[in-house]
Amino acid sequence: MTLPLFEAGGDPGPNFAELLRSKGLVPPVPDVPAADTVISHATTVVAIRCHQGVVMAGDRRATAGHLISHRTIEKVYPADHYSGVAIAGAAGPAMEMVRLFQLQLEHYEKVEGKALSLDGKANQLGMMVRNNLPAAMQGFAVVPLFAGYDTNREVGRLFQYDVTGGRYEEREYAVGGSGSLHAGTVIKLGYRPDADADEMIDLAVSALFRTAEEDSATGGPDLVRGIYPVVAVIGSDGFERVADADVEARFRDLLASLENRGGDSQ
Amino acid sequence: MTMPFYVAPEQLMKDRADFARKGIARGRALTALSVRDGILICAENRSNTLRKVSEIYDRIAFAGVGRYNEFDQLRIAGVRHADLKGYTYSRDDVDARSLANQYAQVLGQTFTHEMKPMEVEILVAEVATESDGDQMFHVLYDGTVNDESGYTVLGGEADSIADRLGEAYDQDWEVGDAIQAAAAALSGEERTLEADDLEVAILVRETGRRAFQRIEGDELAGLLG
Repeated sequence: MTLPLFEAGGDPGPNFAELLRSKGLVPPVPDVPAADTVISHATTVVAIRCHQGVVMAGDRRATAGHLISHRTIEKVYPADHYSGVAIAGAAGPAMEMVRLFQLQLEHYEKVEGKALSLDGKANQLGMMVRNNLPAAMQGFAVVPLFAGYDTNREVGRLFQYDVTGGRYEEREYAVGGSGSLHAGTVIKLGYRPDADADEMIDLAVSALFRTAEEDSATGGPDLVRGIYPVVAVIGSDGFERVADADVEARFRDLLASLENRGGDSQ
Repeated sequence: MTMPFYVAPEQLMKDRADFARKGIARGRALTALSVRDGILICAENRSNTLRKVSEIYDRIAFAGVGRYNEFDQLRIAGVRHADLKGYTYSRDDVDARSLANQYAQVLGQTFTHEMKPMEVEILVAEVATESDGDQMFHVLYDGTVNDESGYTVLGGEADSIADRLGEAYDQDWEVGDAIQAAAAALSGEERTLEADDLEVAILVRETGRRAFQRIEGDELAGLLG
């Protein structure tokens, strides 16, 4: 691998995707429809605004057709210090998109000596989703959620996307993936503006639990194997993942409160 | 038809080397020290925006002296090289040694084949979990690579600064001690350097993924004492 030096006219600047293109390293668009093959899908993710910033959470299940293909995949990732990205859709392309997005943000920051603004990051992700449109049309759709702490405005903000790269900023919460209908309803009923992160983590946990009951593609807490959804809080201190032990305790509390009601979880 | 004058290859190389050395000597120096807390890089730089010291990758830093546009071009190429390599293989496969060799190739090629050699000296440093494993590669204008241990100085008056630093240097220094010693060595006896005159960064030994941190403003003034 030689040192990538460019003439002034052909310089890709701080854009890592452009650099990859100039080196011929961009993966080709699949020319086989996904329907002909069984690929893994990542499912339910949620993001909720809170007083400290944003809470993000995602279950751990990936499905391929009617089967569970992975029990422990992660769908919530740090994008950089002050932002996170959660993925739903075709698992392989989604994870590749996250990896590229993380690199893109870090590459920009190192080349320019200054991080992108939160809007800039959200636009970058929108562009990556839009570039995936030909693949999405073949059935390899990736629909991420993006959330971060805006250091200029000092608030948490969150963004939802559609397959065309359309970027929609949400004021309260955003959901994505197969269980989004159920998760969205639970959050809608429990949401309070400017609530504490602690309360919204419980809401996210409860939303994922309720969704797992209704949607076969969403995984619930696995108390036997010790697998719990990934939960993270993004605030003025940056992206911080909530410890598994903490998430486990919240699930056990939730289960205990349901048992006290005589096991009624309708 | 005019015939070019014959110039002996020795003379040609010497002229080029003198040209590059003069250009580098005009700029201000910088020093890097491997100490207990990590690798500290301290540069004399009055600008707050035109950086001499920067991050390349998780545990790798870059520093350059001489012509800003030339070493900044090399810095960006290094960031690109590291990010491409990390993307193609894995983050663990990005190392300072191979990057330093790439720099040496480019500088050597430019020195012998281009009209004008690059008037730069650069440092590629990689911090390890133990100070014995720290790597510092000092690459000269003609592509010569030196593998330094302990401390190194780049730029004008490098020898006298290295002498001053060598007398005091201790591998067990903490950040504050290292900054004070580096500032004293860079300034010499006739003057003192304030926080505003310095650009300081450290590759922190104990840290998460990205080891590179700048030490600026009040924090730097406090450590300078």
